[in-house]
Amino acid sequence: MFSYCTDPDTLGTFGWFSCYLTTGVHMSFYIAFFKVLLLLAVTAPVALGFGFIGAMAARGRIAPVRWLGKTYIALVRGVPDIAFFLFFVIALDQAFEYMRHKVLCPDWDQPIRQGSDFIVCQSAKLPLGNAPQWIHETYGFSLAVITFAIVFGAFAANVLFGAMRAVPHAQLETAEAYGMSHRQTFWRVMVPQMWVYALPGLSNLWMVLIKATPLLFLLGIEDIVYWARELGGTKTPKFTAYPHGDWRMWYFLFLLVFYLAFTRVSEVALERLMVKLTHGQATSGGEAQRKAAT
Amino acid sequence: MKKLILGTAALALTASLAFAQDKTVRMGTEGAYPPYNFINDAGEVDGFEREVGDELCKRAELTCEWVKNDWDSIIPNLVSGNYDTIIAGMSITDERDEVIDFTQDYFPPTASAYVGSAEGLDVATAVVAAQTATIQAGYIAESGATLVEFATPEETVAAVRNGEADAVFADRDYLAPLVEESAGALMFVGPDVPLGGGVGMGLRESDGELRDKFDAAITSMKGDGSLNALLVKWFGEGTPTY
Repeated sequence: MFSYCTDPDTLGTFGWFSCYLTTGVHMSFYIAFFKVLLLLAVTAPVALGFGFIGAMAARGRIAPVRWLGKTYIALVRGVPDIAFFLFFVIALDQAFEYMRHKVLCPDWDQPIRQGSDFIVCQSAKLPLGNAPQWIHETYGFSLAVITFAIVFGAFAANVLFGAMRAVPHAQLETAEAYGMSHRQTFWRVMVPQMWVYALPGLSNLWMVLIKATPLLFLLGIEDIVYWARELGGTKTPKFTAYPHGDWRMWYFLFLLVFYLAFTRVSEVALERLMVKLTHGQATSGGEAQRKAAT
Repeated sequence: MKKLILGTAALALTASLAFAQDKTVRMGTEGAYPPYNFINDAGEVDGFEREVGDELCKRAELTCEWVKNDWDSIIPNLVSGNYDTIIAGMSITDERDEVIDFTQDYFPPTASAYVGSAEGLDVATAVVAAQTATIQAGYIAESGATLVEFATPEETVAAVRNGEADAVFADRDYLAPLVEESAGALMFVGPDVPLGGGVGMGLRESDGELRDKFDAAITSMKGDGSLNALLVKWFGEGTPTY
């Protein structure tokens, strides 16, 4: 990156590191941090949406909808994440390609499954075989978001389902006594009050989600853990201008600090949110706030 | 849903019309097995296979693009169509040949070797590290030694350094630079073992046409000596050539 980096062997420690830490591979490492943050920023709201819909379905008044919601929660919660990630993403990808194949290549006469091969016509490939690499990466990233959202959505659905039931029943009865419809009771009385009960569970999920991002590599996305392993590995002078021994410990130490700092910041933010949500609630926390104020 | 499908269909149609002629061949590699393939300082795939692959694509008049993939899932991702070839130091074996197809070898059958941290190790009874799903791991499992498997080559060597395993068993060419650099901490132990039927490119069994193209390109590189030149460049003077 810097002009003096052409011959790293002659540099002092500081110079050497300033060159080493700005090589192309290290840039990929830094970009991977943004990928992880972006994934979290996109996945969390989507998963919460899945969770909300799942919880609503699970306590729905129509039996099939209720079954659907409960099955979703039970099924996804019961399957190990890693199995889900390995199986589901390939299945999802193949399902998309299969649909496109049926629409785009109606006159294709060969079977799609030939032994272990999965073959669709060129134009049904997703992304197209000749698409640039960044499209492939974006596509993989979207698959990752969907998969994460489905998995964490199921857990969120379970949390929200419990939170909805934890809202004091007297509140709902009062709402009905005032002549509110079922829908009005749900949106105006239950939903605003349930968050205080949901937040401890949801904040747990958020912490787990932060730490689950290394699963990204299973989906072919080069995340920070992949790069830490790759960059920290022993490098011999034959293949790099910056040879070093096994430095994986230092890279993983850096990741440790990153994750700890990140979870700490989340904790503080969630704490504040909790104070805000507790305000005016008929819980012990809300009561304490009321007493402190007077 | 229908609208969505039609929308993507329309998009795909316009896209495929635009580039219907030139199909990009995606080359899958591991990027963690120097000198065969590794990631260089600029973050690109580099190594013997990078140079061979680029030359093969030029001769076969194909547009190629390099893709990295974990070794563990390198075959499943090929057959499900995420890339079109595997060019990752993969030895041609009967088991793999049942699932995928191979071109002829572009790297002659080579020796695998044991590397340990002390002389006089009996490799037949030692604890030996090898990378998962490699011919070396298969060999150790049958040899009677205790096999410990790791996902990446780096971890197999680290296991010897930190004493978790007595020796690592891998391609001699991968181990040689590490032994050279270790200043005596690592050394070759036991006899070299010739394994596998050479290294070839892996392709889907249904991709016969592409295989023929690469086969022809490899033949032409063997014919004019350019493959030998690359072998010597990356593996040194003593390496077996064609």
